[in-house]
Formats: sequence, structure tokens, C-alpha cells
Amino acid sequence: MRQASQTPRKTDPEATPTLPAYNEWAEGMPTTPESTAATPASPPVPPHVPQGVADAGASIDLDVHDLDIRELDVRDLSRRVSGRTLVDRVTVAIRQGEILAIVGPSGAGKSSFIRLLNRLDEPTGGTVLFKRQDYRQIDPRVLRQRVGMVLQTPFLFPGTVAANLAFGPAQRGRTLPADEIAALLAKVELPGYEPRDVSTLSGGEAQRVSLARSLANQPEVLLLDEPTSALDEENVRGIEQLIMTINRTSGTTCVIVTHNREQALRIAPRTLYLDAGRLVAVGNTREVLDAH
Amino acid sequence: MPTEFIDDQVMRALVQAGGAILLCLGVVALCRHYGLRIGREASVSLVRGLIQMALVGVLLGLLLTGGALVAGLILAGMVAAAGWTAARRLPEIEGALAISVLAIGVGAGTVILFMIAIRAVEPHVSILVPVGSMIIANSMNACAQGMERFKSDVTAHVGQVEAALSLGAAAPASVSPFVQSAVYASLLPRLDMLKSLGLVWIPGVMAGMMVSGASPLYAGIFQFIIVAMILAASGISGTVAIVLMRGRVFSPAAQLLLRPAAKAP
Repeated sequence: MRQASQTPRKTDPEATPTLPAYNEWAEGMPTTPESTAATPASPPVPPHVPQGVADAGASIDLDVHDLDIRELDVRDLSRRVSGRTLVDRVTVAIRQGEILAIVGPSGAGKSSFIRLLNRLDEPTGGTVLFKRQDYRQIDPRVLRQRVGMVLQTPFLFPGTVAANLAFGPAQRGRTLPADEIAALLAKVELPGYEPRDVSTLSGGEAQRVSLARSLANQPEVLLLDEPTSALDEENVRGIEQLIMTINRTSGTTCVIVTHNREQALRIAPRTLYLDAGRLVAVGNTREVLDAH
Repeated sequence: MPTEFIDDQVMRALVQAGGAILLCLGVVALCRHYGLRIGREASVSLVRGLIQMALVGVLLGLLLTGGALVAGLILAGMVAAAGWTAARRLPEIEGALAISVLAIGVGAGTVILFMIAIRAVEPHVSILVPVGSMIIANSMNACAQGMERFKSDVTAHVGQVEAALSLGAAAPASVSPFVQSAVYASLLPRLDMLKSLGLVWIPGVMAGMMVSGASPLYAGIFQFIIVAMILAASGISGTVAIVLMRGRVFSPAAQLLLRPAAKAP
């Protein structure tokens, strides 16, 4: 995926049907230099979670000494709204190329935390370093393209599957070629779905399209907020396989919020446990879950 | 009340108003027969309405001798009052009053100046105030309807807006479908009014001109001009209000601030 971002971009106006209203506006939007600039070249991505890095166990994860492998360096991140603390001074290093699960009881602040990573909400304290740069210094549009997010509900835009996949790149003035759309759909095991209207999709299919739509932006980090919570067991396993395949083949760092402990064990070597907005533990998934 | 305002015509009108009030009180009595007690409310409203309209008549009578400057001041006051009325619907939007006043002022002001420029109206207080008030009132409705629709659409589609933002969309692009529907909603009543003009209703201005002895053809064409200008003013006001409001529903970091009350984080 990352190599694709550095290849010359093809344009094929007929390949990407425009989404009603959304893309009409997008075409008229000025594209900032930041938003059109190519993503800075990333260092080679390990095909698996970096070895030789000790897990912190049930404490904050400050023993990742090698700064180069910190994709997202979360520092004292807090969010307080109307006197209520949603996220309370969380400090953790998210490593390049890993799958990190975020678990905790209902109301623990899991979704609030992951929304802060995408900067859909503003921290009231602390910050996040993305590749060692304070993310508040990055254009939010560029940040969200590089740190993609899949929401619990797919929220597909009215129109075709192809138009949904083309949406993200269109925001940067790029027309997604038909072959890239086809490749993305093949990756999420929905080949030939380009002309399908999103209103005809099942829940599992819609979530796969949502995943492909995020991948169309070629993100370096993929945040997934309970992407399987509304799916049946067969679709849950399918999405899990997809996440692991994306992580393994593209080296995309994945952070997944889940209330399903078995799911965390199946797909995430490392887990962060939140309770009442506070980081309680982070480390090996089995050890963290056994302890809580 | 200055005595020059009370003449035979006014006395006759007061007697006629008394007759109108009696008829209304008859309706109140009919309602009471069916258990609907609106006597007190209706009586207060009738007396208040008569006093208000008499005072407005006296005020306009005093101002009729004024020029364009007086007319401008009166219209500016109307714009401020209209802006305040429209903004009351959106207490959760910061700067709603400024948005409404600006939008109504731009829409109505542009159209009134245009009408003066093409000599559709004379720059005289006796013409500008009644014509301007119609345009301002419709701009106010368009402004309020557009902003209300935009707010309800965005709060009903928070997930869709945030999905667009999370894909790297600019804040304006993430709400673009709702801007379009809100502008259309603000224009729809005025479009319907234009479509039904002369078929379903004959507006008061035309009727008044004919009563005053104007040619029915001229009165009809003039009425069309007024309704077309109302449509133009409404379009400008609604669009300006919605575009300005769009900027207030996002933070500088393109985070959606407008949420349904129950879902506010």
C-alpha cells in the first residue's frame, strides 16, 4: 500500500462515479499543499510486531526506548467534558506495525481514547506524537488521511460502493482509478461490488466496504472502533482475518477497540486496558486479560 | 394622540373595528359552547392588536414625511428585530444573532437597493417601509428555516459527517449535502408562493393597489416583482445564514461541535 502512494497517480474520470453532493463540493474545495503533498516516505516496515521490545505489563508503557518504532506516542492524553473525565492522562507508545487492542468495561473511555488519536475530538490535556511530530501541528485533514479510522457503524455515503471508496482520495484531488478500486474490493473479499448501491449491502458487507474506504487513503495507522460489534460470528471472524492480513501485508499499524476479550486474544499481541478513562495496564494480551 | 390623526375616516374605521371585534367575540362564545375557553386570551389579543396597529398607524403617519434616511433607520431596526427573532431558535449556536442579522441585512438590503436602482420602488419612507418589511419578514423566515434545517440534518447525521471527516474531508465538504438541503428548505415556501401566485392567492399589495385605483395589469406585474424580489432576498439570506452557520459548527481543527443534546460527549 505504501509503495502505491509513491507511484505516479493515474487518472480515469470514468472509473470513479462521484458521490452526490459530497463530491460536488469536494471538487470545488481548494486543496492545500499539505493535502496534496505525497505522504513522507516511511521507513521499512517490519512484517510483524517488533521483537526485542519489552512489554510494560501492568504499568504505563514507557520502556520503549527506541523512538524510531513509536508510531503514535501518546503523552498524558486527557479529555474532560462538562466536568466529566473521559480520558485521564493516558501515556502509551503505539509501535509501528503492531496490532494493539484496547479493552475495558463499558464506559471506560475506549472510544473516547481512539477518537482522540484521530483528532475527531480535541484533547483537553496532553498530546500525541505521530512519527515524533506533535499531531496538533499536522493539518487535521492530512492527519486523518494518514491515521485512518473505521467506525463502529459503517456510515456509508448514499450511492455506490465505488463512489464510497473514491471519497477519501477525492478529498485530496485524486481520482481513484478503477483498478485500485477493484484491488481494494478484492482485498476485502467483495470483488465486483463496485456498482452496488450501498443500501443493498448486508451489515458485514457494509463494514468491509467501510474498511476498504479507509484503506483507499493508504493510511499508516488504522484505528478501528469496535468494527465487529454489530456482526454475526462468521462476519466477525472474516473482519478479524482482514485486519490481520492488512497488518501483515501492508505493515499498517492497527489499534482496535473491542469489548470482546476473545477477539483481543485472537488478533492482538498487545493489549491496553482502560478503566474510568485511566490506563490500568498495557502489555502482552494474555497477561493483561488474565490480570483483569 | 394628536388630533390631526382623528378624522371621519378614522372614526368610521373604529366603528368597523368594533364590529369586527363583536364578530370575533361571537366566535369565542361559540367556542365556549363547545367547551373551549379562549375568551380571556382572545379578548386580550383583540384589544392589544387594535392598540398596536393604531400606534403603528400613528408612528407611520409621523414618519411619512421622512426621507430615505428615516426609511433606512426604520428598516435597520426591522432587520435587527428579525435577526433576534430568527436567532432565538438556535441558542446553542455561538454568534447566532450576528449570523441572522448579517444574513437578513445582506439579503434584504441587496434586494431593496436593487429595487430602488431599477426604480421599482421610490426611495421614500411611505413606499420603502411597507415593501421593505415584506422582504425582511420573508428573509427572516428563510434564515430561520434554513438554519433550523441545517442544525437538524447535521445532528441527525453526526456519524456520516464524522465518517467524512475521518477520511480527510474538509469541514465544509463533510456537511455539503446538508447545506444543499437546508438552502432548498429555506427557499421552498417562497418557490411555492411564486408558483401559486395569481392561481391560489392574490396578494395584499395587488389588492390594495387596485382598491387605490391602479391598473389591474400594472398591479399584477408589480406584485410579481415583489414576490420575485422576496424569493431573491430569501435565497441570499438563507444561503448566507447557512454558510456562516456551517463555520460555527466546527472547531478550528475540523471537529464537529454540534451534537444532539442527548449524545453530547
